[in-house]
This record gives sequence, C-alpha cells and structure tokens, in this order.
Amino acid sequence: MNSTFITNSLRFVMLLAIQVVIFNNINFLGFINPYPYILFIILYPVNGNKAGLLMASFFLGLIMDMFSNSGGVHAAACVTLAYFRPAFFRFSFGVSYEYQTVKITDKLSPERFSFILIAVVTHHLVLYLLEIFRFNFIWDILLRTLLSTIFTLLLCIIIIYLIKPSKR
Amino acid sequence: MQQIFNFILKNSNKLLFLLLLGISLSLTIQSHSYHRSRYISSANAFTGFVYEKINNVKEYLNLREQNNQLAFENAELKKLLYNGVDSLGTNVSMPKPSGLENIKVYNAKVINNTFNSKENYLTLLGGEKDGLKADMGVVNSLGVVGIIEKTSSSYSTVQSVLNVKSQINAKIKKSNHFGSLIWNGRNVGFAQLIDVPRLASVRKGDTIVTGGRSEIFPENIPIGTIDKVYIDKATNYYTLNVRLFNDMTNLGHVYVIENLKRAEIQKLEEETKNE
Repeated sequence: MNSTFITNSLRFVMLLAIQVVIFNNINFLGFINPYPYILFIILYPVNGNKAGLLMASFFLGLIMDMFSNSGGVHAAACVTLAYFRPAFFRFSFGVSYEYQTVKITDKLSPERFSFILIAVVTHHLVLYLLEIFRFNFIWDILLRTLLSTIFTLLLCIIIIYLIKPSKR
Repeated sequence: MQQIFNFILKNSNKLLFLLLLGISLSLTIQSHSYHRSRYISSANAFTGFVYEKINNVKEYLNLREQNNQLAFENAELKKLLYNGVDSLGTNVSMPKPSGLENIKVYNAKVINNTFNSKENYLTLLGGEKDGLKADMGVVNSLGVVGIIEKTSSSYSTVQSVLNVKSQINAKIKKSNHFGSLIWNGRNVGFAQLIDVPRLASVRKGDTIVTGGRSEIFPENIPIGTIDKVYIDKATNYYTLNVRLFNDMTNLGHVYVIENLKRAEIQKLEEETKNE
C-alpha cells in the first residue's frame, strides 16, 4: 500500500514536469499539443481509493491550468475522466474487471487499447470544449480533439512501454 | 436525519466529483468572462519560477534572431537621432524635462508564450516590483504584442493580440479611419480590423497602426499591413485582414508602456458619464 502511494506521487510529479517542460512546447503544426500527463489517471491502481483519485486528478489539472493560464479547464477534464474511469473499465474489460487484476502496463491488447483510447478522447473532448467555449468553433473543437488524441495516444503507449518494469 | 447521512455516505464519490467539477467549471467560466481577476494564472511565484528556468535554456536557441532585431531597432533609433539635428547642430526634438513626460517605458522579457489556443497569454519576467501594473500596453520593436492582464511581485501575464477577447483601437495610417483590431482565432499571422467605415479608402498593403483613442497604447505604433478587404454583410462596414508585423510565435524582449495620464483620463470620462 505504502509503495503504491510513493509510486503514484512520483508519477504525479514526473508526468507534470515532463508535460510542462517538454510537451507543452511542441505546438505541432501550430496548434496540436499532446497531453500525456493524463497517464497518471489511466495508470492509477484499479482498486485504489476512488476519492483519492478524484482529489489527485483535480490538483493535477489545477496545476496544469496554472501553467497554461486556462482557468479550470484541465481540472474539469481530469476530474471527469477520473470519475468515469470505472465505467470505461467495465466497457473495455467486461463487467467483472475488479476480480481479475487488470494491469494496463501489460502487453497491448485490444481491451487495453480501447480503454486508453476512450479515456484520451473523453479528456480531450471536455478539455477543448471548455477551453474554446464557443459554439461557432465546433469544427475546430472536433478537429483538435481528433488530432491531439492521435498524438497523445501514441505518446501514452510509448511512455507505458518505456516505464514498464522489466520481466524477471 | 439517518437517511440523509446514509445518502451522503453512499454517494460520497459522486458528491465529491460534482463538487470538484463545480469548482473547476466556475474557474473556467470566470476565466472566459471579461475583466475578472484570474486566480489560477502563470503569474504566481511557483509557475513563474519554473518558466523562468525553462526560458534560461530556450533563450540560447534564438539569440541570432534577437540580435538582428535589436540591431535593426538601433538603426531606426539612430536615424531618428541624426535627422533631429538641424543645421546649427542643436537637437530640435528637445527631450521634455523629467516629471512632465506622459509615457513611461519599461523593459521586460517574455518567458512563456502560447499561441495554439483561442485565448492566448504570455508570461513576462517583470512584475509589480519593476513597476508593471495591469492594463499597460506591451510592444516590441516590430509592433503591438498585447495588454498586461495580471501582475504578481515579479511576473506578469499578458493578454496577447492573438486572443479572441482582446480588442485594440487601431487606424489606417494614411487616412486616419478608426476600427477595432480583433482576432478571429484562426491564423496566428493575421488579425482582423473590423468596423472600418465604407468611406475609408483601403488598399491592399496599407499600414495599420494603433489609434489615438486608446489610453493604453500611444498613437502610431505599427501593427501590420492590409492583406485582404471584405465587406461585412450584416453591418456594411469593412473588415480588413491584417498581416501582423510581429511573429507572435517568436518573442523575446518586449517594452511595457505606461500612460501616466491614463488615470486622469479615466477619472474625467467616469465623471462625465455619471453626470
């Protein structure tokens, strides 16, 4: 229990640092930025404390908002993702996901891929809806969500493979 | 009573979610509305410190461009200086004695720059202890950059020209016809000058500068050139697409302009309105 807490705190700080220092400066094609910091919410233990996850995602988003001057946009998107995470688990891994221990960092299977995809799309859609906040930019919102989702998804999978503990 | 407690215990996660979502939504709405203070901003000490450290590294990547820009600006200033000397060798444009100037100029450095959103902000190294205050104009040698939104003791955030909320009074240099400079959120190289009367003679390539009606910017600071002319069907005014002189994606040192008469002008206008 104690070691998972330390792992998660470390992950929280590391992902935020990487996001702010590197990924916020990518600006691919002028407007596409990946947001792999949401890996914190995706990789949080399946049976972990739900209230703790909600609080942690709120602060994760709030710190991102401070860095990008965006009010509460990231916080809202992160909290939404954290709250609906169990539903996404149920959708991707079947109803009884809590009994079989699901490990997201394992080999990439269609279930894991679909879970990460849904999580990223949800987060980005809420993020861009709130960030742009105007209905006359609706096509812009959808385009940005689509392109950033592809970018974030690729980075998430790469990062998962990089930090995966080696098999003994 | 028992049932209320049971309800709260049973739905504690849902209630926590709604509470946190409510907080973040209210922060979001606050940041989208006009003239509100922003609590969550990159002007605070922690984020400012991080951006300053990042900028220390990134600064080296465009030193050459910054140098060229400074040299260009120096040449322009030298031109002004030498042309101001008349045949007797005295300087015609005498500087005003101190205490009587209207405009004060501060030096600041951009340490963070966003341009991929619809509401873009810059972070400056330089805050209240350097004399910067909210609603001062920010320019560089090429033209207008934005308006200071919020300051902390050593950092400040700037609402960039590339922000769909910003609105700057501007005019066509040749004909003195006024309009408002806005950004439609599409292309980072262009802003739009709206509400230009149909009487104005506009041509592609004409220069757009800041107008004298704004108490934030002095008159005749360059903004850009006209790229395209439209007629707004609804209002029958011209809408001009303006190609900005500034490359907003690459900013280094900037100047912050304080109009010392601003408080006086505002007080007078306020009193006139209340009469």
